[in-house]
Amino acid sequence: MTQSDVIELSCRDLVAVVTDYLEGQIAAVERHAIEDHLGDCPGCDEYVRQMRLTIAGLRGLASDDAMFPQTRDELMRVFSELRPAPSA
Amino acid sequence: MEATRPERPDERELIEALRSGDRAAFATLVDELSPGLLRLAMAHVPSRAIAEEVVQDTWLGVINGIDRFEGRSSLRTWIYRILLNNARSRGVREKRVLPFSYFRRRAEEGSDGDIGLDPDRFQGRGGDAPGGWARPPVEWASPEERIASNEARDVMLRAIAALPPRQREVITMRDIQGLSSLEVRNALDVSETNQRVLLHRARSKVRAALEEYFESEEVPA
Repeated sequence: MTQSDVIELSCRDLVAVVTDYLEGQIAAVERHAIEDHLGDCPGCDEYVRQMRLTIAGLRGLASDDAMFPQTRDELMRVFSELRPAPSA
Repeated sequence: MEATRPERPDERELIEALRSGDRAAFATLVDELSPGLLRLAMAHVPSRAIAEEVVQDTWLGVINGIDRFEGRSSLRTWIYRILLNNARSRGVREKRVLPFSYFRRRAEEGSDGDIGLDPDRFQGRGGDAPGGWARPPVEWASPEERIASNEARDVMLRAIAALPPRQREVITMRDIQGLSSLEVRNALDVSETNQRVLLHRARSKVRAALEEYFESEEVPA
C-alpha cells in the first residue's frame, strides 16, 4: 500500500460521516479507513457506540398507542357506509 | 429512477379487499398502522387529540381515495403521504408555541457545514491534532438500562420536538417506526442523500441531548 492509498481521517471527519458509516452507505476503502481509526481512537469509538445507543433508544420510543376506541368505531362505521360489502 | 415496488406480495389482494368493503382487512390495517401514524402526526400538532383527528382524516382519505390509488408506491407509503399532508397543514394552523425550540432551530438552521456536533469539541488548526477531539465523549454509565428510563425518553422526545420539521419526520419514521430509507424517501419526496443528511443531523442532536443527560446525572461511585 502506498502513501496515497492511506486516507487521513480526523475525528471531526469521522463524526461528520458516522451516519453514512452506520447506514452502510460508504465505499469499502472509506469503511476501512474508519475502522482503522476506530481501532486507534477511544474517543471516536465511544462516539460511534453512543450513536448506536441513541438509535436503540429511539427504537424504544416506538409507541403501541392505539387510536381511541370511539375513533376506531367511528371509522369502521364510515368504512361500512362508504364501502358496503357485497350483500352476503 | 428506481421503481418502487409494493413491499408485500399480498398487497394487491389487500387493496382489492379494501375496495370491495372488507371490514376485517380495513380493521387490521388500521390497527397495524395507526400507532405509527399517531406518533408521526404528533411530531406536527400540539396535542394527542389533534393528532387523533389527523389520523382519522387520513383513514377517511384512504377510504375515499383507494379507488384512485394506482400502486405507484406501496400502500403504506401512500398512506404516510396522506398523513403527512394532513399533519403539515394542521400543524400550520395550530402553530405550536415553543420559543425555546424556535431559537434553537434558528441557530441550527443558520449554521452551514453542520456536522452534527459543536465545532468546539474539536481542535482547531493550531492544535496538536487539528480536527482531533478537544473534548472527547465520555463513556456513558450503564447506558443500556438508563437509555430506557423515563427520563431518557423525555430527553429524546424533547430533542425531537426541537428539531426542524424535516429532520423530525425522518428520524420519527426511520428510527422510531423502523421504516426503510426507501419508504421514507418516497413518503417525503427527498433524495437518498438528503434523507441521510436529515437523519444524520437529527440523530446527532438526539445523541448530544442524551450526552448532556448522561453527564448531568450523578452516578453513584
